[in-house]
Amino acid sequence: MILLDRVTKTYNQKEQALERVSLHVEPKEFVIIVGQSGAGKSTLFKLLTREEKPTSGKIIVGGMDYDKLRDKDIPLLRRKIGVVFQDFKLLPAKTAYENVAFALEIAGLPTVEIKHTVPKVLEVVGLRDKADNYPRELSGGEKQRVAIARAIVRQPKILIADEPTGNLDIKHAWDVIKVLEKVNKFGTTVLLTTHNQEIVNYLKRRVITIKDGKIISDKAVGQYKL
Amino acid sequence: MIGRRKKDQSAMKQDHRFITLERIFKNGFINFGRNIWLAIAAIAMMGITLTILLFAVVANATFSHTISEITSHIDVSVYLKDDVTEQQRNELIANLRKIDNVQAVGYTSKEQALKNYRSQNVDNKELLAAISETDNPLPASLVISPKDPNRLDTIKTYLDKPEVTALQSDPTSYSGDRKAAIDKIAQATEFFRKAGIVGIAVFIIISMLIIFNTIRMTIFNRRDEITIMRLLGATPGYIRGPFVVETMLYGVVAALLSLAVCWVLFAVASSTLQASSLGLLDITYSSDYFRKNLWLILTTQILAGIIIGAASSSIAARRYLRLK
Repeated sequence: MILLDRVTKTYNQKEQALERVSLHVEPKEFVIIVGQSGAGKSTLFKLLTREEKPTSGKIIVGGMDYDKLRDKDIPLLRRKIGVVFQDFKLLPAKTAYENVAFALEIAGLPTVEIKHTVPKVLEVVGLRDKADNYPRELSGGEKQRVAIARAIVRQPKILIADEPTGNLDIKHAWDVIKVLEKVNKFGTTVLLTTHNQEIVNYLKRRVITIKDGKIISDKAVGQYKL
Repeated sequence: MIGRRKKDQSAMKQDHRFITLERIFKNGFINFGRNIWLAIAAIAMMGITLTILLFAVVANATFSHTISEITSHIDVSVYLKDDVTEQQRNELIANLRKIDNVQAVGYTSKEQALKNYRSQNVDNKELLAAISETDNPLPASLVISPKDPNRLDTIKTYLDKPEVTALQSDPTSYSGDRKAAIDKIAQATEFFRKAGIVGIAVFIIISMLIIFNTIRMTIFNRRDEITIMRLLGATPGYIRGPFVVETMLYGVVAALLSLAVCWVLFAVASSTLQASSLGLLDITYSSDYFRKNLWLILTTQILAGIIIGAASSSIAARRYLRLK
């Protein structure tokens, strides 16, 4: 599903963010990536969403070889991957409903289908009654759940969540993690980065630890250690 | 079966395109409403700029009108000796008409000259008494209107030929002090005409820069939105579309607003300053010009607003749309 082969990313010709990282993630897996700030987690995610190009190495996601991607294929790639960010990245001038609907609009889905799908997805994240609220009227946890709804509404095979609980208090963090577990249960591959030891130990999933741009451990049922 | 499926696919593609266009317009209108304060600021800026530009255009038109009024009075009179025969006269007129710079040649007979003199001095008994019908000292004359008052020399050269001067009782009106004065006026009007064109061009460029910058600021304010849409996999066209629609709306509203402002100002000006004029600017003409060309001005303003708005926003958005 996700394959990285000796991927290196260097910024400004000397600052090495990732060094020969090789990684293989199976379909429907739930993988947690841990590492301190600056370890290279965010770079890894930016490579997967094609915000950045690797300096060297090969990336294949869902059968798409990134070396062969043309500029105009990038939007299509991004529609196939659901992404959740630490800072939510909701569109401020759109309601919760419209934020989720936007993901389907850009894919050109008929309006009837959008009207049918969006409320259901909002139901999944428990925000049916907040559909008409703007992001500024939602709490951090609610915003993140809208972002997750937006990421999963297109039923992507892969969901990438970059520190989704980073800006949330513990109660809301758990809400978000529960939603991610639910999404994974429906068959979506989930890639999650987090700092939160409690969450990692609770989930009992595969844990990959990154330090200084290198993978230093990869355990099938991992514990948080650094 | 296969043929039918192909047909269905192309119908779907068209349908998809239509949906996209519909959504772009819908989102453009919605964004306009939701970013109303940004919209008001941008519209005010565009409106003021378009108003100034409109004033400049009307002022320039009025100015050109004044200039052509002045230059239309510039002509060359040729005074004929009393013994010039009709044949000689017609030959002279025909030759003059062949000159490139000659617009028209008019003939005033001795009798007509006397009539004109009498009607001009109807209140002055002494001047009237000085000239009697039996002893009419006024010469018959030809009045030559030039096409370009700056090139009177071409006419003058012909008139100064010895065989032509032989027919003239007095030097032409285009000689001596009068010549100097006419040349100065012609030069000055030419200068003002050119200055007007340059002025308008400069105004247009400045306006476009101001409008472009205003729109760039509104888009800069919302660059995060663009980045988010990009990360979600929206195509550059789909992101840019609603912005372009939104700024086109700014353009339309700003154009209408500036036209309304000018309409009111000209209405007020022409009622309070009726028939008066400010130096070279004839206010009555300005407001007539404005009213007569209202539809043309309206269409041009709206089109300009739409085009400048659309171009500015698509250029400004491009910066944030570059895919990495």
